[in-house]
Amino acid sequence: MNLFDIIFYAFAAFTLASAALMVVSKNIIHSAVGLLFSLFGVAGIYVLLAADFLAVVQILVYVGGILILLLFGVMLTQRITSVDMRTGTLQLVPAILAVAGVFVILFRVISKTSWEIIPKSDFNPTAERIGHLLMKEFLIPFEIVSVFLLVALVGAAFIARKGT
Amino acid sequence: MTVGLEHYLVLSAALFSLGLLAVITKKNAVTVLMGIELILNAANINFVAFARFIDTDLDGQVFAIFVIVTAAASAAVALAIVLNLYEHLRSINLEEADSLAG
Amino acid sequence: MITNAILILLLPLIAFVIQIFVGKRLPRKGDWLSTGAMFLAFFLAVPILIQAISTYDANFKITQSWEWINFGPVNVAFGIHIDNLTAIMLIVVTFISSLIHLYSIGYMQGDPRYSRYFAYLSIFSFSMLGLILVDGFFGIYIFWELVGLSSYLLIGFWFEKNSAANAAKKAFITNRIGDVAMFAGILIIFTTLGVFNFEEVFTGIADGKLSGGLLTAAGILIFMGAVGKSAQFPLHVWLPDAMEGPTPVSALIHAATMVAAGVYMVGRTFVIYTADALLVIAYIGTITAFMAATIAIVQKDIKRVLAYSTVSQLGFMMVGLGTGGYTAGLFHLTTHAFFKALLFLGSGSVIHAVHSQEMDDMGGLRKKMPITFWTFLIGTLAISGVPPLSGFWSKDLILASALEFGMLHPSHMVIFAVTLIAAGMTAFYMLRAVYLTFAGEPRDKEKFDHAHESPLVMTIPLCVLAVFAIGTIWWGWLEHLLAKPELSSFASRGSQIVETGGGHADVTHTAHNIAMFSSIAIAGLGILLSTLVYHWKKISAEAWGRRLKPIYTLLWNKYYFDEFYGATVIAGTLLISKISSLFDMKVIDGFVNGVARITVSFAFGNGRFDLKIVDGMVNLVGKIVTFFGAQLRMVQTGRVQNYILIALGAVVLVLIFQQF
Repeated sequence: MNLFDIIFYAFAAFTLASAALMVVSKNIIHSAVGLLFSLFGVAGIYVLLAADFLAVVQILVYVGGILILLLFGVMLTQRITSVDMRTGTLQLVPAILAVAGVFVILFRVISKTSWEIIPKSDFNPTAERIGHLLMKEFLIPFEIVSVFLLVALVGAAFIARKGT
Repeated sequence: MTVGLEHYLVLSAALFSLGLLAVITKKNAVTVLMGIELILNAANINFVAFARFIDTDLDGQVFAIFVIVTAAASAAVALAIVLNLYEHLRSINLEEADSLAG
Repeated sequence: MITNAILILLLPLIAFVIQIFVGKRLPRKGDWLSTGAMFLAFFLAVPILIQAISTYDANFKITQSWEWINFGPVNVAFGIHIDNLTAIMLIVVTFISSLIHLYSIGYMQGDPRYSRYFAYLSIFSFSMLGLILVDGFFGIYIFWELVGLSSYLLIGFWFEKNSAANAAKKAFITNRIGDVAMFAGILIIFTTLGVFNFEEVFTGIADGKLSGGLLTAAGILIFMGAVGKSAQFPLHVWLPDAMEGPTPVSALIHAATMVAAGVYMVGRTFVIYTADALLVIAYIGTITAFMAATIAIVQKDIKRVLAYSTVSQLGFMMVGLGTGGYTAGLFHLTTHAFFKALLFLGSGSVIHAVHSQEMDDMGGLRKKMPITFWTFLIGTLAISGVPPLSGFWSKDLILASALEFGMLHPSHMVIFAVTLIAAGMTAFYMLRAVYLTFAGEPRDKEKFDHAHESPLVMTIPLCVLAVFAIGTIWWGWLEHLLAKPELSSFASRGSQIVETGGGHADVTHTAHNIAMFSSIAIAGLGILLSTLVYHWKKISAEAWGRRLKPIYTLLWNKYYFDEFYGATVIAGTLLISKISSLFDMKVIDGFVNGVARITVSFAFGNGRFDLKIVDGMVNLVGKIVTFFGAQLRMVQTGRVQNYILIALGAVVLVLIFQQF
């Protein structure tokens, strides 16, 4: 067990715990905080997977953008003045069973499959390479995604408009 | 044992399960959205792990970027819908959004 | 001879059949048919008697038997049996029946049911002749009942009168009671011996197959039949009432023939009676003779006097038979038939003239109806036992037999004593009847003026019978022909059954002499007393009647027998029938109604059950469908998360099945 593994397990635990908090908590704000921390945890995992650029993008976009958006959504749709910001759960038991089933299946698949691993041991910066890829192999998806993002935002703004 | 591909995949599976649980069980629509974000994150970890261990290039990471962008877009649209729903029902309790009930 | 016998039987039967169906359309309504048939039968009976007398043997008999029932153990034969007794009885029955047929032509003139009367006379004659001719207990029972039926028809001939209808019923029912006992006795014989035929029964008894108490019982039971038919105590109550029938009927049935059937039967079956049974017979005869005579003394209806006289005389015959005087009893039967018929026909003549049966309406008829008077007087003297008329001989024989019995068994001397007194009373009351009817001054002037002598058809039979009342048969012949049958003579193999007969010649002789003197004496005493009271009026009947009022009342009410029977037997029977009818109505009807009610309620309940269940089933099906529908409807919650869960669950399941 070297340092790398310990850090991995720490981040993994941190992420899972936060995710668990998010799921279990009855308070929406608590869930949001849980999501926040799990997103941070995921960013850490990215670093361990030598995806430094992605980790930063994750923090910037997810935490700084999406999470804020969610919080705004919460605040706009709950009566903040009322004490009850709780949310209950529906159909808990069957859901747990189904989800457990899913996890078990995935676990089995993962363990049963023989992965053809190409071991890498270096941690190079990736920003340059990703830039290259975005401009060359993945140019079209890149452009489409931008347009897509624009359209989605315009559409969302349209939908959320008050009135007809 | 040293951390290998399986570990990351198991982690991602666990996150996926948790996200799925949140989607299925939570009454609050926003919480459901949070669950969806978690699922997407889990998928991202998968991509990146595969990029690191199996792929020679960083295709996986590029794909993860695209996922993040898409997630943002979907979150925006979903929230817009939720706001619309709130206007109709005056609550975002999904239990009350059952006008399609049989 | 057998052919004769069969013809004798069939002639009246055929006459009956023709008469009953087409009698009304025949000329003179067919009276000549029945009468002719009877006379013909008489002429056929004569050769039989001649043969019997000429054979001059006590054991003379002609028999013929036909198989009747034959299956397995039961073997009943049916046949004709002619012996001396039969021959004599045939003559008596056919002769007297013929005379009475003749007499009836005059007596019943103008009756609306004239033809039917003769039909009934014919069937009665047939029954009586059959009774005499048959050779076994079974046959005798059949004809016994037939005779009973015929007498019912004849007694109740004028059934418009309630009294006549009731009298016929009374006669039949009383007879029936005796017949039941007789049947029981016959059954005892049949079950122990297995045969009905007289000869075989006698043989069986002689061989000791039936003896002791059981034999005595059988004998007494069979005698009970005779008690009923011959109106002995205690079943005598029907005979006086039977006077409701036309007088010729009374003459035929209740004087000469039917009542004699009982005596005949005792004579025919004489050997089956043990000493104890015979003693019973003798005592019943004694009681009857005495009791009936006492009642006859106070009667005002001339036919009633004769009726009780008949009962009394039958008692005499039973005394004769019971004390061992076989010949005596049967001889008296024969003589009585003639003079009693004569007396009845004579009274009928009087009644026909005066149109009344009460002696209070008569008196002094001697001058108006001489033939009737003289013949009636002859009959009276005969019955009183005045020598040398026939009645004297027979009565004397009976008294002798009773005395002999008393001398041999001194404890039973009372039989002789009482019978003697009864004989005296007979003379007394018969002569009283004569005095009240024919002598003295007429009590009813109007009736007296209308009275006239009867037509020839009626007076000729009177005269003929008078002749026979004077002398019937040379009794020397009779004694030989009708010798007392010994049981031992029937024994099959010379067994040890001993019958103490004979050997008392000296006692018999002494008894005979004493009896003769005493009977003449007592008859004379009776005649004297009667004349004193009713003719010379030296002793007042009314005064004595008042002095002995309680006795007079008792006699006038016939010892209250009818009242006694009415309160006990009849009341008891009615009570039982009332209870039965109540039971039938309440219990049986209640049961039936209950069943009906149960059925109805069951059906009703069934219907309701059916309705509920059927409806329930249908409703249940509907409810099940609704339930499942409701349940299934819950799947469509309208909530997306539920749908996601379901889809997820399905995927998981598929994957699980795939993986494992």
